[in-house]
Amino acid sequence: MPDATYAVEMRDITKRFPGVLANDHVNFGAQAGEVHALLGENGAGKSTLMNVLCGLYRPEAGAILIDGQPVHFHSPRDAIQSGVGMVHQHFMLVQSQSVAENVFLGVRNASFSLRSQQMAAAVQKIGDQYGLPVDPNAKIWQLSVGEQQRVEIIKILYRGARILVLDEPTAVLTPQESEMLFQTLRAMKNDGKTIIFISHKLEEVISIADNVTVLRAGKVAATTPAKGMTKAQLASLMVGRQVFFQFDKAPAKLGEVRLALAGVEAQDDKFLPALRGVSLEVRSGEIVGIAGVAGNGQRELAETVTGLRKLTAGKITVAGRDVTGSPPLVMIDAGIAYVPEDRHHTGTAPNLSVAENLALKAYRKPPIGHGALIAPDAMQTSAVDLIRAFDISTPGPQTPARKLSGGNLQKVILAREISAEPQVLIAASPTRGLDIGATESVRKLLLAQRDEGAAILLISEDLDEIFAISDRIVVMYEGSIMGEFPTAEAEIGQVGLLMAGGEHGAHASAV
Amino acid sequence: MDLSFFVVLLAAGIRYGTGTLFATIGEIFAERAGVLNVGIEGMMLMGAVTAYGAAYYTGNPWLGLLVALIVGGVMALLHAFVTITLRADQVVSGLALTLLGAGLSAVIGAPLVEVRDAPQLPAFPIPGLAQIPILGPIFFDHNVIVYIGLLAAPIAWWYIYRTRPGMELRAIGEYPAAADVLGIAVIRQRYLYVIFGGMLAGLGGAALSLAITPLWVEGMTAGQGWIALGLVIFASWNPLRAALGAYLFGAIGRLPLDLQNLPLFLANPQLGYFARMLPYLFVILLMIISARGNMRRRIGAPAALGQPYVREERGA
Amino acid sequence: MHRGGAPRIRFERRLEQPRWLSIASPFILVAAALAVGAALLALVGAAPLVVYGRMAEIAFGSAYGWSDTTIKATPLILAGLGVSIAFKMRLWNIGAEGQLFIGAWCATGVALFLMPKDTPQALMLLAMGLAGFIGGAFWGFIPGVLKAKLNINEIITTLMLTYVAFQWNNFFVYGPWSQRGFGLTEQFPKSAWMPRFTDFGKIFPAFQGMTAHFGILLAVILAVFLWFVWRRSKWGFGVKIIGDNPRAARYAGINLTRNIIVVMMLSGGLAGIAGMVEVSGVVHRLQERFSPGYGYTAIIIAWLAKLNPLAIILVSYLFGGLLVGGDAIQPAGIAGMLQGVILFVVVGGESMLQYRIRVER
Repeated sequence: MPDATYAVEMRDITKRFPGVLANDHVNFGAQAGEVHALLGENGAGKSTLMNVLCGLYRPEAGAILIDGQPVHFHSPRDAIQSGVGMVHQHFMLVQSQSVAENVFLGVRNASFSLRSQQMAAAVQKIGDQYGLPVDPNAKIWQLSVGEQQRVEIIKILYRGARILVLDEPTAVLTPQESEMLFQTLRAMKNDGKTIIFISHKLEEVISIADNVTVLRAGKVAATTPAKGMTKAQLASLMVGRQVFFQFDKAPAKLGEVRLALAGVEAQDDKFLPALRGVSLEVRSGEIVGIAGVAGNGQRELAETVTGLRKLTAGKITVAGRDVTGSPPLVMIDAGIAYVPEDRHHTGTAPNLSVAENLALKAYRKPPIGHGALIAPDAMQTSAVDLIRAFDISTPGPQTPARKLSGGNLQKVILAREISAEPQVLIAASPTRGLDIGATESVRKLLLAQRDEGAAILLISEDLDEIFAISDRIVVMYEGSIMGEFPTAEAEIGQVGLLMAGGEHGAHASAV
Repeated sequence: MDLSFFVVLLAAGIRYGTGTLFATIGEIFAERAGVLNVGIEGMMLMGAVTAYGAAYYTGNPWLGLLVALIVGGVMALLHAFVTITLRADQVVSGLALTLLGAGLSAVIGAPLVEVRDAPQLPAFPIPGLAQIPILGPIFFDHNVIVYIGLLAAPIAWWYIYRTRPGMELRAIGEYPAAADVLGIAVIRQRYLYVIFGGMLAGLGGAALSLAITPLWVEGMTAGQGWIALGLVIFASWNPLRAALGAYLFGAIGRLPLDLQNLPLFLANPQLGYFARMLPYLFVILLMIISARGNMRRRIGAPAALGQPYVREERGA
Repeated sequence: MHRGGAPRIRFERRLEQPRWLSIASPFILVAAALAVGAALLALVGAAPLVVYGRMAEIAFGSAYGWSDTTIKATPLILAGLGVSIAFKMRLWNIGAEGQLFIGAWCATGVALFLMPKDTPQALMLLAMGLAGFIGGAFWGFIPGVLKAKLNINEIITTLMLTYVAFQWNNFFVYGPWSQRGFGLTEQFPKSAWMPRFTDFGKIFPAFQGMTAHFGILLAVILAVFLWFVWRRSKWGFGVKIIGDNPRAARYAGINLTRNIIVVMMLSGGLAGIAGMVEVSGVVHRLQERFSPGYGYTAIIIAWLAKLNPLAIILVSYLFGGLLVGGDAIQPAGIAGMLQGVILFVVVGGESMLQYRIRVER
């Protein structure tokens, strides 16, 4: 449906990746002064469509029109020149460079030698105009995630973008930071800019967007005004079936303390304090959820408990046994299983087979390991069993792990960790990047483990996930525990406030 | 030992370190762009032999220099194609480049081994400045190629840290995807900087055969290409620190010649073999020192060093 | 901004390598390497086919040719195995040449100065082999520790130590161990000589004149043993995991620090045995330059054999032949040049075969 009033229109976009049809004749349009949400599951083709719009991917078929005029983008530079700018989910910022340098990177009409004062002044000006405060001379690595996002927005505004694409901008923000971002977005909207907002969070879509386009499996499922839509309606459009948001969760049957941390301190990779006196207990039969914004010590917490990171103070006990400062192997033997947040780079060896990845820890003991040797037959048999039991979809046990989809790779990790019958299971962002079906099955697996008596520590930046399956919620901020609530009594606003450091610091620290 | 001993040593250090310095600066450019090229030794050897040959057959050492630049660039182009376009392992490709350069230079250079009278680059004491006590002999009484080296380090520093293309260079080695979305041609720039690095390595080789140790001997670089690789790390990818390292290395590389006149060494000439270990041990020592320093200050390699850049791959 | 409609050549990665290609690829690559080498030979003024023909004939044309090739292949297999162990863990030990020299130096010390001349041959050889292994292992231990504890780039340290090893060796062969100031030691006592096939010429007439020594048996046995270790041992599995993803290995409870050091020591130790075998089986004394770069060639061999110990035997014979043939060909250095060409073509070609070339409008 051609419409000259669209600031940006994409017609019949088709984009194919080896083995996947990511966009299948997608039509999309957004007007000036509009916030248009692009909604869909992981893998529905949202990011692909927007990468086409910003010139990063070239579609096999279809046309892009800006202000009614057809354009052909061969590179991101072309898109920028037509006024299209994108804030990527993973920030495209050079960590070792300053804010101003990042803003000016790739700007062609700048002078040959750098004029740092002029650059800083220009950054300051845009920041003031749209309420995006940030120090132009700070290095990116010194900034919080929220500040880095501001740099990204300033970067595209400096290039004169009229059409801004934001890819899941709130995924990394606290509820309060998200609200700040929405204010900036409204200011830009009133300024006549077009904002395309990629998300899978239904509530914020309903609250901020004027219109919604829902993608499902590479196709447009619907385009509709956001007003009047309900969460359930949007969700069923996204998934193509009814979705239940509640899990039927049996009440926790609490057992003995399996994991106890007392005053644990640790440093991050830059040798700065990352955990500041963390004390925590997890009992058999419960899921304890650690809520917090990324980078507040969650990763260090998981690594310290699993022995991957040295603690500088405190004590860790597993099932009554003091394992303080032990290496990973001792922690594994003590009964700690770990589903790491980075399943590709930590959880699996990509070129080894599925069977070998399933045996990554079990190869030391019978039936697979005997003396100094390994029994390949036993490895194969056990792999076949686990593939069946955990419903892992793979061509076979000998397939290299890198060929598996994210959801199946996560099942490989869960199968390996759960089959070790652990005392304690640490799960870090176990459903990140998985589609709704896979997310559901991972969460069900975790709940089943809990019901069988495992002690589970769930670390997640996704508050919905924390609220959905944990029995207790512990909030972390800058390496300290800010507060602790039974899930039934927790309020999302209060948790969000503590995640941001909270004004009720005095109150929380007393908990 | 008096002051003049150190003046001679420092002057010799600057002289002997010049070849390594060019190679080190060249490698800094390639690595800043995200491409590790461990083939410096091979490119230096090829630069040395072709420069010497060209100078001998044409009678013009400057033509020799030009040929070395081209040959170094062409060899680096091979590496660039194999690692950037074909995305092969950068270490293995660089090793192949070294072995190829070592073998090919021996074949090409076979007829040149007997040649002793190829024209050299001219020495040029700078009038006035060369007469200044102490500083004069250290900095201003050298072969022209040494002055080029003395200028190259600050210019390279200025380019990397104070210019727009230098900023882009740092970005493509640190986070190529970020540079790409801003319209910086990552692949093309990587090619250019790898080739430029190869040209400087070739120049470093030519500096050896046309000025510093003016003749051609098989394997005459004696590991200087590998030392350059170590100096890049010691220098934290900063050309000024590279100059410091290269000149220090030059002074220590020159030390065996000075030591052999000491009574102890005159009486025991075999001790000279230990003196000849010093430059290599010195590099290991530098690596240890910089490893501790870099750990503390968190100065690391360019984040994308060694990784090929691919745009069209499906992300999460 | 339009960049016009000129067709662009693009490389597109294949999703699956077709079966025929994976079987044919080694042959395609060797043929390509020989073709590139031929072009270079023609460029430097040699007749490529004549050179190749001569080299092949000298190396593989007769029983004596095979014997000479075996002599060269023996240290190549041993050093190649050593290098391959480190490469398996993606540790770039490129200092096998230096480890080989130190191994040879230790073996020489044992043969000439530590053990009495009339020591039984078996005992003598055992002691020398052990010394060679320890020497090489020590030379691998230094970069191993530096890598494991301080994360110092092993490419540079292993190579720097190679130059140090040369000078160390020179000091002894020109200094304290020198025979009349030449760059060599006195000859080993017979008990320190590795048995040669020709020594059994009286029993097996076919062996007469075959100077190849029993080091080849040791090399083959070690290759088979290593093959078994990679396939069936827990330790081998651990190294395989580290090689593929060190973070996953650490996560799985494998001790990286210890394994880096152990692997570097084993890697250096095998190169050290190569050095011992060479002085004990071929030169029978320590010399200034007794190795024509076996340690460097070993890098190429390990890579071409894709780190498979059995394939290393095969590839070592190929390169042994190249060395034997190259010795008889002018100008000198052709063998070295061809080695570089082969590695380069194979490295590039292997990646290229993973792509389809597509012309895009």
